[in-house]
Amino acid sequence: MDLGLDVEERDGFAVLSVRGEVDVYTAPRFRERLIELVSEGKHKIIVDLEGVDFLDSTGLGVLVGGLKRLRSHDGDLLLVCTQSRILKVFEITGLTKVFSIHDSVDAAVGGPDGGANP
Amino acid sequence: MTDAVAGEAQLAGEVIELEIPARAEFVALARLVVSALASSDSNLADERIDDLKLAVSEACTNAIEAHGAAGSSEQVVVRCRAGVETLEVCVEDRGHGFDPAALPDHPPVTDPDRLKYERGLGIPLIKALVDEVQFNPTDEGTAVRLVMRHAANGTAPD
Repeated sequence: MDLGLDVEERDGFAVLSVRGEVDVYTAPRFRERLIELVSEGKHKIIVDLEGVDFLDSTGLGVLVGGLKRLRSHDGDLLLVCTQSRILKVFEITGLTKVFSIHDSVDAAVGGPDGGANP
Repeated sequence: MTDAVAGEAQLAGEVIELEIPARAEFVALARLVVSALASSDSNLADERIDDLKLAVSEACTNAIEAHGAAGSSEQVVVRCRAGVETLEVCVEDRGHGFDPAALPDHPPVTDPDRLKYERGLGIPLIKALVDEVQFNPTDEGTAVRLVMRHAANGTAPD
């Protein structure tokens, strides 16, 4: 099972685009890539979930761990997600209140409230 | 539904069983089989199939972790039972078992301490996604029974 993890720079953010299925098998690679970025000094990270086909609680755990790690560096982790079946996982677990979730990478880099989902 | 529709599987009463090695890479296979089976059951909407797929993923993940903790090399059993009004999936592990009532309560999500908890989201997800869930201790481990009721009877979670 493939998990795509591509990184590009955008206006001072590192944008990590995730593609494929995030589960107990692929989550460790996702976690390692996030930790690498933080250790490279990238403390403002956008995780783009638009290419994700499936995400379960192990994927949520990686994101929560990433946010915690970044906040300890005075950084932040923003999410891009418009897919209802992925957003649903955040809604059920109450994590929509924890993460700043945006409609696009442009909206996420645009400011704290730029394009945030209500 | 009483009339057979050409090309559509008549599932009611059938049991389909899958055994997977208790390793992380096989959870995707369990999801694939269950979602393919659920898709051939025209009584479940696509959104509900996604819900079941996620619940199965969570249950299999827990089963594999239970095997890891118990040092068991046995297979995890995923048994699908198509009923007249339901589709049930039972995930059986040979771990040490656990008591869902004994799971610790997490702080509310708005509490900064909530970020200390990267785990423990699987069981709440399962409970929210399926119409009925039971965690049954067996002689050898735990059997998690997930039940989806067909459209007319189901209560789709929000």
